[in-house]
Amino acid sequence: MTPEKWEPDFGQGSCPKEREIEMQDEPTPMELTKAVADFLRNDIAPVISGHNAFKLRVAINMLDLVVRQSTLEQGSDAAEYARLQQLLGIDGTLIDLNRALADKIAKGEVDLATPGLSEHLWQTTLAKLAVDQPNYASYKRELGRGD
Amino acid sequence: MIEQELFRCVASFDAAATGVTSAAKLSGGASQETWSFDIVHPNGYVGAILRRSPKGYGAAPTRAAGLDAEARLMQLAHEAGLPSPKVMHVLKPEDDLGAGFIMARIEGETIARKILRDEQFARARPMLARQLGKVAAGIHGLPRAELPVLREMSSTKEIAEMGREYRSFDWPRPVFELALRWLADHDPGPSQEVTLVHGDFRHGNLIIGPDGVRAVLDWELAHLGDPMEDLGWICVNSWRFGEIDKPVGGFGSREQLFAGYEEGGRKVDPARVKFWEVMGTLRWGVMCCGMMQRFRMGPDHSMERAMIGRRASETEIDLLRLLAPRA
Repeated sequence: MTPEKWEPDFGQGSCPKEREIEMQDEPTPMELTKAVADFLRNDIAPVISGHNAFKLRVAINMLDLVVRQSTLEQGSDAAEYARLQQLLGIDGTLIDLNRALADKIAKGEVDLATPGLSEHLWQTTLAKLAVDQPNYASYKRELGRGD
Repeated sequence: MIEQELFRCVASFDAAATGVTSAAKLSGGASQETWSFDIVHPNGYVGAILRRSPKGYGAAPTRAAGLDAEARLMQLAHEAGLPSPKVMHVLKPEDDLGAGFIMARIEGETIARKILRDEQFARARPMLARQLGKVAAGIHGLPRAELPVLREMSSTKEIAEMGREYRSFDWPRPVFELALRWLADHDPGPSQEVTLVHGDFRHGNLIIGPDGVRAVLDWELAHLGDPMEDLGWICVNSWRFGEIDKPVGGFGSREQLFAGYEEGGRKVDPARVKFWEVMGTLRWGVMCCGMMQRFRMGPDHSMERAMIGRRASETEIDLLRLLAPRA
């Protein structure tokens, strides 16, 4: 989460968006989550064994995922949104635009020959993997292609 | 208590048994359980496995073949000389153990990461793809007339089912749409030959020893259909566990798999195998989304279920690698 996100926009009589009027104190949710994940990883994991150790690893993975998403999603959502607007030429929420794209692919109105579609799907998918499974071998291979 | 119940049942088909010991639950969902136990004989133990739906859980999900059919298929495979455990007993109502069967326990490993990394399997790994090709040919060659009643699937039906299931989640996934579109455009149509298909021929359902394949398990998704489906499914990247350049289970090549299959006296259609690999990749993705739904709706509110929802994106990158590879 970038600091800007927590700065309220009170300028020019505009109505502040929901996110911007909540001015909670620090630390941020991401910092809190990371502190819990680090505690579980460094202090608890070494003293737990058996099935609970497995469950604990899953729990730590979940917290790490939340931290990655909080760190990355603002930027990747904005980029995804810009690409979708470019491809579709319409406005709406991110999920609206994804629904519209899904629908167009299903109907065959856009396909891999459509300029920008393949690149959009790749970038969107790489952004998902960066949050979901950054160690997935296919993802690491594709990152290695250097873009 | 389970040991007493088991012994009462074992005594009905094994007169030499004097007891049952070491019963341990290996896995258990709401509707199916697997138990391991030893049957005591005067001169030693016989390892056994109980696979059952506990009392009160009779209804099988739509895709499941049913435990009676599973038992029959395992027995047929065993009799045909395929690596399949001997079925010792099919549960009867008077056994009072639910529905299911008891089979011989086969020692070995099912965990993919161990099979792919542990030293004890180093000699087996290069042989596995070819062996599994031959095993698949044997499964597909089991005589139709002796098979239990099974659902019949085709590529066209499977595309429709995947589409319906994906749409039921009401969450847009442009990459899944692309895959559904590709599948429809590349639907190979009815298979010339319709055979028994194992339906879940992959890591986790294969017992491997240092000597190679020892058993094929879990016939829950068995059906009649295009035999190339099993060859495509075992090539899905999700079953390579990081060894992405070895398409067959992370241990072998398609050429080895196909060679073993043809050694088993059957023909491979590589284009159909590719179709089923794409289908299988999408199917695993849809299954990940389905497990997330089960987490959200409540029947299984575990962390593991929740996290599987975040593995659907793995299948999206694999679908793109298959359908829109980058230069």
